[in-house]
Amino acid sequence: MALPNFALLAQSILSGIFTGALYGLLGLGLSLSWGMLRQINLAHFALAFLGAYLCYQLSTVNGMDPLATMLVIVPCFFAIGVALQWIFARFRISAFNSLLVTFGLTVIVESVIQSVWTADFRRLASGYSDMKFRVGVLYVPVPELLTLMLSLTLSFAIWAALRYTDLGRAMRASAEDAPIAAAFGVNQKGLALLLSGVCAALAGVAGVCIALSYTLAPAQIYTWIGVVFAVVMLGGLGRALGPLIAGILIGVSESVTMAVTAPSWAPLVSFSLLIVVLLVRPGKV
Amino acid sequence: MFCLSVPAKFNRDLAAILFAGALLATIPFTGLPPFYESFLYLVFLWTVLATSWNILSGYSGYFSFGHGAFFGAGMYTTAVLASRFDVPFLWTLPAAAGVAVVLGAALGAAVFRVRGIRGELFALVTLAFTFVVGTIVLNTPIDGGPGVYLSGVAVPKIGPSGVSAFFYMGLALALGTVLAAFGIFHSKFGSGLFAIHDDEDVAEVMGVPTLGYKIAAFSVSCSLAGAAGGIHALFLSYVTAGDTFSIVVPLTVVLMSVLGGKRFWAGPAVGAAVITALLYAFTAGDHAVAGKAVFGAVLIAVILFMPQGVLGWFFRRRRPLAKAAQGVVELPPMAYSQKRSDRAVTSEPILIARGVRKAFRGVHALDGVDIEIRRGEILGLLGPNGSGKSTFINLVSGHFPPDAGEMLFDGRDLARCKAHRIARGGIARTYQIPRPFAGLMVRENVAMAAMFGSANLSRGAAMREAQRWLDFTGLTPKANTYPDDLNLHQRKFLELARALATSPQLVLLDEVLSGLTPTEINEAVDLIRAIRDHGTTVVFVEHVMRAVIALTDRIVVLNHGLVIAEGVAADVMARPEVVTAYLGSGHA
Repeated sequence: MALPNFALLAQSILSGIFTGALYGLLGLGLSLSWGMLRQINLAHFALAFLGAYLCYQLSTVNGMDPLATMLVIVPCFFAIGVALQWIFARFRISAFNSLLVTFGLTVIVESVIQSVWTADFRRLASGYSDMKFRVGVLYVPVPELLTLMLSLTLSFAIWAALRYTDLGRAMRASAEDAPIAAAFGVNQKGLALLLSGVCAALAGVAGVCIALSYTLAPAQIYTWIGVVFAVVMLGGLGRALGPLIAGILIGVSESVTMAVTAPSWAPLVSFSLLIVVLLVRPGKV
Repeated sequence: MFCLSVPAKFNRDLAAILFAGALLATIPFTGLPPFYESFLYLVFLWTVLATSWNILSGYSGYFSFGHGAFFGAGMYTTAVLASRFDVPFLWTLPAAAGVAVVLGAALGAAVFRVRGIRGELFALVTLAFTFVVGTIVLNTPIDGGPGVYLSGVAVPKIGPSGVSAFFYMGLALALGTVLAAFGIFHSKFGSGLFAIHDDEDVAEVMGVPTLGYKIAAFSVSCSLAGAAGGIHALFLSYVTAGDTFSIVVPLTVVLMSVLGGKRFWAGPAVGAAVITALLYAFTAGDHAVAGKAVFGAVLIAVILFMPQGVLGWFFRRRRPLAKAAQGVVELPPMAYSQKRSDRAVTSEPILIARGVRKAFRGVHALDGVDIEIRRGEILGLLGPNGSGKSTFINLVSGHFPPDAGEMLFDGRDLARCKAHRIARGGIARTYQIPRPFAGLMVRENVAMAAMFGSANLSRGAAMREAQRWLDFTGLTPKANTYPDDLNLHQRKFLELARALATSPQLVLLDEVLSGLTPTEINEAVDLIRAIRDHGTTVVFVEHVMRAVIALTDRIVVLNHGLVIAEGVAADVMARPEVVTAYLGSGHA
């Protein structure tokens, strides 16, 4: 395990940042719905892959620009998120049961994907897929750069919205103590529907990003769960910037681990980090 | 459910388990195609996994998503020992269980100490642990990447056909697991786990050694999963890290237990049988994909419409009759004598607190308090809101340790005792806002206290002792209902009954009268007097002055974390500094 040369190390840090940005984008919706709605939404991953496949479908079959597919995907997914929260509120589902229900949903979405697009690997071939440019010794692939930019923009936009708008303040208040917030005139139910819609829309955006840079297969829904959960816990529940920072941290440490040792060691980093964080500061997450 | 007495029901269920086991054991000799044996083997395997998972996670509420790690540890232990070291297969099984226990106990010892790791956080830690173990196995010579083959390992010859060996090993382990779950369910250990499930802090304060119980339950759970892994490794004859340490095992066992009913010893076995059959029916045919979707839909439907599982739904359907018959029951007068004994208050101290300090983020709740409690007295602890009364009770009962000072009880310093030791030593308490175990019936709530407090009774004796205190507090008509059905008055009395059932030397009553009507207060005052007449020392935190004056031998007044007055109630309450503390300086 000799240290790789500088260019290789720098390249792997860069690719870690890109992967981390996607972790952060996936974690953003998960963290918001977990922290503020107490729903642990495993189906977030299924939705993201559904978004990815829709993006694939719209751009390869209907010839849309992959980025333009968001115009279709985002509103549809917003509606799905609203419906999901409506069901959760209707049946008063506890945080833990939400995990089980959304797992059931994940399995259903997986089989829908499998029956429509089969279990074969699908790769979105678009104008973006092979675009890359060179900065010094580093190659910068355009799809990944788009992911990073989307992730940064959305994380900061949501952070600002939660912090500086009345709607955001109301949302934070009802996440803190829903009955009290309601007593002060906050429409808690409406906000929860809105937030859940936003989270699902974020899953859709993350899906487009996945379609841009990764090969798709239905079973891959599950491969992201572990590491993104680690990102969410590290970043702190219900925070907008936390998942981005934690995502990049984990992404970089994974890719450096891969460069220094073997790729198969990568999971050890994120999960050990997660365990240590939980043991050291369980109250903070 | 309540038609049979407890021992009769126990014996009937035990007989049913053994009979079912004996009946199943005849199957290989009935000439059915071997397919049924391997299908039933899978049912047994999942029964072991789901039931063993339930012993920790269902009973105590610590949902583990790491069952795959222990199952996998067992698989790899057997695979490596049998294929590389030529250890005879059956000998590898104890090793498989042992490795799983060591892993589980180590993880438990680290995780269970951290108070915040409950619910979904525990689920995550254990899931992450699975991936860590999996990564290590994959990257070290244990596996190294290609997987481990067991094709050269001899399958022990049991029963008529090749697959019968697996059938019998699976059956034996499943039977053992269900018996373990059944035994624990009916034991003191099981009661303690259920108490942890409902309110771990109260359980600890009531005398349940929560840390030890959690680690013990985790170890039992892991050992069974490990042994199952050992058998399954040979059944598959090829193990890979990717398939073993995945999210499939934990999710499946959670699903099975939730479907069957995780508060029931038989629940996971029912769930395992149903889901194994469903999985087979749906995924074996041509409609594998649609089958998967149905599987997901079943899961969602169960959680939405049957949150207590199949067994919970079944028993609930049978219960409304019993419940309707009871209706609203007025509590009868209490069963104790009204006459006041002349038990003398002694001057011998039972508890001496010296220089006790406790601060919460800079707020000095107690700022160097000296209090002496004398054996046999009723001591009133008074003071305005926020003066530190409840903090004092929380310190004595061990809810949290003091920052400084000592609290000597029976010559031991409580400051360095764990809460359950304090309870065992003879101190019981009530909570201002009642905190009954919501999942246990009123009778079980009281029996729990008798089992784990200083009374330290067996489960059977505790149930009888509970009856005494239910009579004493007049709660007998409500004994077989759940705490949700009680009104505030009854909940407060349940708190009292629980505290008394521990047979404490010292009982700390935290505002038992607040929120009660004047008639109810009179009843409670009589009750508290009767408690003292039983020989128990009482510390009584209260705002209802009428009761304080009627009951207490002595009072101590706290303000801003300091003792400001001490003496006979009527006398102390007239002192200017006490009046000032209550009403502000303008009135002094």
